Amino acid sequence: MASKVIHALYIDDDVLMDAVKKVRAEHYHIEEVFCPFPVHGLDKAMGIPHTRLAITSFMYGCVGLTVAVLMMNYIMIEDWPQNIGGKPSFSYIENMPAFVPIMFELTVFFAAHLMVITFYMRSRLWPFKKAENPDVRTTDDHFLMEVDPGNQDVDTLTSLLGDTGAVEIKVIDKEEDNH
Amino acid sequence: MYTLSNRLRLFSIILMVVGLVGLIIGFAQRPGSIEEVKEMMAAHDAHGGGHGEAQTADHGESHGKEDAHGGDAHYEHVLHQLQNKPWASLYAAAFFFFMIALGVLAFYAIQFASQAGWSPVLFRVMEAITAYLVPGGLILFVILALSGFHVNHLFVWADPEKVLGDKLLEGKAGWLNGTGFIIRAAIFLGGWLLYRHFAVKYSRKQDEEPTGNKWYKKSFKISAGFLVFFIYTESMMSWDWIMSFDPHWFSTLFGWYVFASLFVSGITTIALITIYLKSKGYLDFVNNSHIHDLAKFMFGISIFWTYLWFSQFMLIWYSNIPEEVTYFITRIEDYKLPFFGMLVLNFIFPLLVLMNSDFKRVNWFVVMAGIVILCGHYIDVFNMIMPATVGESWFIGISEISAVLLFLGLFIFVVFRALTKAPLLAKGNPYLEESKHFHY
Repeated sequence: MASKVIHALYIDDDVLMDAVKKVRAEHYHIEEVFCPFPVHGLDKAMGIPHTRLAITSFMYGCVGLTVAVLMMNYIMIEDWPQNIGGKPSFSYIENMPAFVPIMFELTVFFAAHLMVITFYMRSRLWPFKKAENPDVRTTDDHFLMEVDPGNQDVDTLTSLLGDTGAVEIKVIDKEEDNH
Repeated sequence: MYTLSNRLRLFSIILMVVGLVGLIIGFAQRPGSIEEVKEMMAAHDAHGGGHGEAQTADHGESHGKEDAHGGDAHYEHVLHQLQNKPWASLYAAAFFFFMIALGVLAFYAIQFASQAGWSPVLFRVMEAITAYLVPGGLILFVILALSGFHVNHLFVWADPEKVLGDKLLEGKAGWLNGTGFIIRAAIFLGGWLLYRHFAVKYSRKQDEEPTGNKWYKKSFKISAGFLVFFIYTESMMSWDWIMSFDPHWFSTLFGWYVFASLFVSGITTIALITIYLKSKGYLDFVNNSHIHDLAKFMFGISIFWTYLWFSQFMLIWYSNIPEEVTYFITRIEDYKLPFFGMLVLNFIFPLLVLMNSDFKRVNWFVVMAGIVILCGHYIDVFNMIMPATVGESWFIGISEISAVLLFLGLFIFVVFRALTKAPLLAKGNPYLEESKHFHY
């Protein structure tokens, strides 16, 4: 059975925010919203759970700090100790202040880069990826809300969406996935 | 309108009285002569225990050396240090509470100069805290005048006998002398108090006639002007009032370092007083997004402070030049616990506690982190002042605790009395609506 989804297009982010709240208040399920730019507070209005990206960032930072400590300990203490500034103490902790900049930089480096990569993976973005947005205008100046009517009447939903200020409403027959 | 409850008033007065009495005892207990120092040390050693033994061993060793050079030099040294101790603790506490109010004043000016939209609901709290600048500044000025003219022995450069023959101090005498010191202090304090007076006046006038934002624009202009004046005078203030305790030593980022300390203490105090007032049912227009923003500042400036502390420490530690590194050697040898403990309180604790976004909205978390940050920055001031004045004879005794209580009581009394003077909402501010609906 082919299910239906409704695409409603908006041209203003404030109108879109109000529309999202109204549609959710009527207990319809919003599949996705496509925007040309990030809309502040949209995730909360859509009821999407809070991102856990910050937690991954903290863990990556800890990994970076550990890598820096192990690396500097191997390079400067174990493998090839050097007498720099009269401090050849052969002890990591006594030379620690000199390594703090490296520890800091690698913490930031790991946290930032791995977090960005995680963000791409989580957003299902990778090189040569085919765009998922159903309407090219969402990359320019239109906002698109994809609503699943479920078992409800499609006409009631389209009239509701019309009332919320949508500039265009399309009913799409979604093909059943074969795989 | 806020009304000062009798309990709080009584509490602050009790703090002041207890502090004052303790401080008088502290001054009275100063040893008057070398003989008294000997007696005190003997009594201390006789108390025994593991601690006492360590002390005796330590002293025995140094006595041997000193005695070889002839007699009472060591005891005289300790005598001067112990005579300085109540003065130094008075100075540290007076400066610490003054710097909180000064940090808030700078923060307040930045809100105007940057035309911040989130903060106007907190303006009356900030204005009340800066009210402490007047009595706190006057007291500090008196202490500075006494020290600059060598009534006590806090500043080495104020003692003509010590300056004589000391090439570095003789060279610096053009800047470091009692008259110049007190003139500069008058200019710094005068400028800051002048800004405080007009900023508060314009803020009240803006409430009365908000049309056209005439007073708001004036506030903007003087705030921008004040910030320029402030960053120069604050830097010079830090050389005069703190760095000159070690007049042979110098650090080029000292002004920034002290600024970070006073800024984070000030912001923390804003957060603490706001949360206190909210818990008493005032400030219902302050929501948890405002607390969140203050906590973000506490977190961020704590890290900024650590960055400056480390920048100062690492370069000096690495280059290991005798005249520079002596500053840290004294602190690490004689002040190990406060020196490294301060790093835990001011950096590691706020870093871990305030890192999570959700925790910054939980009031008791912010209060707990705030109290730790304030204690940490008092110890920071302690570490900057004590090693040059009291040296290895330091301990947290009756005069340190009493001085803190005295100024804490005065601070609470002045700030909460100032809160009653105006409505808690700066209702004429053009950004007030934005601030009320501030939502993160």
